[in-house]
Amino acid sequence: MNKALEINHLKKSFGDLEVLKDISLNAEKGDVICIIGSSGSGKSTLLRCINLLDIPDSGEVWVNGELIKMSKNKAGNYYPQDQDQVDRIRTKLAMVFQSFNLWSHMTVIQNVVEAPIHVQKIDKNKANKLGLELLAKVGITEKADQFPSSLSGGQQQRVAIARALAIEPDILLFDEPTSSLDPELVGEVLRVMQSLAEEGRTMIVVTHEMGFAKGVASKVIFLHNGHIEEQGTPDELFNAPKSERLKRFLESNLAI
Amino acid sequence: MNFVDFCESLPNEFLGLKVQLMCNSTPKLLGGVPLTIELVLISLLIGFLLALGLALMRISKNRFLNVISRSYVFYFRGTPLLVQIFLIYYGLAQFDFIKESFVWPFFREAYWCGILALTLNTAAYTAEIIRGGLQSVPYGQIESARAIGMSGILLYRRIILPIAFRQALPAYGNEMILMVKGTSLVSTITLMEITGIARYIIAKYWTPVEIFLVAGVIYLVINFLVTQIIKYAEIRFTPYLEHAKKTR
Amino acid sequence: MDSFILLRFGDTGWGDEMLRAAIVTILVSLSAMAIGLLVSVFATMSKLSSNGFIRSIGNTYTTVVRGIPELLVIYLLYFGANNAIMGVAKKLFGYNQYIELPVFLIAAIAVGIISGAYSTEVLRGAFLAVPKGQIEASKSVGMNKFLIFRRILIPQVMRYALPGLGNVWQLTLKDTALIMVTGLVEIMRQAHIASGSTYSPFTFYITAALLYLVLTTASSRVLNSAESWANKGVRRA
Repeated sequence: MNKALEINHLKKSFGDLEVLKDISLNAEKGDVICIIGSSGSGKSTLLRCINLLDIPDSGEVWVNGELIKMSKNKAGNYYPQDQDQVDRIRTKLAMVFQSFNLWSHMTVIQNVVEAPIHVQKIDKNKANKLGLELLAKVGITEKADQFPSSLSGGQQQRVAIARALAIEPDILLFDEPTSSLDPELVGEVLRVMQSLAEEGRTMIVVTHEMGFAKGVASKVIFLHNGHIEEQGTPDELFNAPKSERLKRFLESNLAI
Repeated sequence: MNFVDFCESLPNEFLGLKVQLMCNSTPKLLGGVPLTIELVLISLLIGFLLALGLALMRISKNRFLNVISRSYVFYFRGTPLLVQIFLIYYGLAQFDFIKESFVWPFFREAYWCGILALTLNTAAYTAEIIRGGLQSVPYGQIESARAIGMSGILLYRRIILPIAFRQALPAYGNEMILMVKGTSLVSTITLMEITGIARYIIAKYWTPVEIFLVAGVIYLVINFLVTQIIKYAEIRFTPYLEHAKKTR
Repeated sequence: MDSFILLRFGDTGWGDEMLRAAIVTILVSLSAMAIGLLVSVFATMSKLSSNGFIRSIGNTYTTVVRGIPELLVIYLLYFGANNAIMGVAKKLFGYNQYIELPVFLIAAIAVGIISGAYSTEVLRGAFLAVPKGQIEASKSVGMNKFLIFRRILIPQVMRYALPGLGNVWQLTLKDTALIMVTGLVEIMRQAHIASGSTYSPFTFYITAALLYLVLTTASSRVLNSAESWANKGVRRA
């Protein structure tokens, strides 16, 4: 069977700064991979390179056994060969952002059904029905016709998760989904994410929530200065860290 | 009571102003309203399409198109509308090759010169408004659309343009009011819109203050209506912004 | 070629006349801007007043002046000011002679009144942009109203208002073109006169346009450097 996600030798620099140095990782179907590391370690960039919001400088990304085709232009820069393929693959890789990024001119339900109707061309009634189901799932049905600006951060992020689920993706990418939330709102979002993991969804989660990584992840990756310093099961990493850096990182982050 | 009787029932003079005359000339001045509105609507409509082109040229990566758009906006925003009107109406007549060409019947008419000048002028300002609207679309909202598989025209049609349009609405409302006021300048090239008619009446009766006051009130009413339309549009299209919450 | 001859300096060309007219335009603009700023200080105070009546005076001023064409404001003042002055002179002093105010003064006042309405909106916005917390903080360290105004409000209001006032200046500069109807020989009037006597309207109106472009461009240069000077110590996101 194909791997859900396979990344080979991914490299990315911003100017002189090497953010990702030869990263490779695999996710089987149903894996929940948590990527941890201090800020500036490249974890968000890694996630954004998977769905090409940032274009890697070299390396391969395979989604469900399909390689995202890249080419080099005259200046030697990598670029996606086929925008249609990128768009199609992006509908298999839904992303949840740190700052929610809900569309401000649409109501909650319109946000959720936008991509199903206009990207995937699903029948409107069907999409709306699906949208309401998903809102119920993230516990926010009563806000369906409100605009995002009238919602709390936690509610907005749950809508963003429903929006991501609406395209029925194979993999969910979470980019620090709780980092811009007030502490008391973090729990409601983590609970939704946990229930998604329990459904057996494939998830790649960049997070600072060590409790979540410890309790939910099937695999944890510790990123440091653009390379994978250590990886393994939560038990291995949290209870028996090998590298000095991870030990120090955990000491300063495990006040939970 | 008909209108003439109503005017006669008013005092002849009040605060040194000939009130009956003001009343009597109101219908004549109102006769200029259709032309004023016609000039505004036509130039706003064509000007908007032109502005869309200019804004796209401005954000395009083609340096040539970019420079053309920049120069256009630079010229039309850097000079008074009156110069632009005079250049087209009086200026072009200096050249025999224009007078002998097929475009002359067009440029001979004050009406078309007025519309052309107003259109070119509003296009420059509107292009900047559109550009501002496009730039104010939060990058995260574009990114979340791309992450979900949108690109190209779909991305513009569903996300970028609707947000930009909403952001630009108040500024465009201002531009509409500027255009209503701008049409008064074509009275200087003989067009009989509100100000033109006012000048005509004044030349006959020599009561400038009275007539211009009435004309001013008519413009105020028109602009009040424009403001209301924009306000309605803002509430209709941006119910999530502050102004709407207060009025709801 | 002919155009260049027409624009020569001295008796044979109109170059020096156009340049002199440009100076008149600058002078009218500066006077109008100054008058406008003066008016706008009072209008802003009125608009921010807690007294409903005083507030309505400021609001009426900005709404009316911004709602009717600039040309009408100029016409009204041009024709109205003399009448009003004569009326007052007659009533108060029994003075019955014809009085005519200098055209330059009327022009500067008329454009100033227009300019002032826009400046008022800018100043009002700038005042409201100063965070309330800073005023509370000033009170908490024992500053009195006057001190708060002078040390906290004014410096920040100036900074917030500068870009907006720059725009008002550009508007004012362009609005002075309309005072050609009063007969004051500024750029537009001069171009009008010259094209009338030479039958070369394009030459002179394009010259006028270029003069305005030079003026607006030069002022935006000055304004930009003023802005960056005023924003010293302000972090840009």
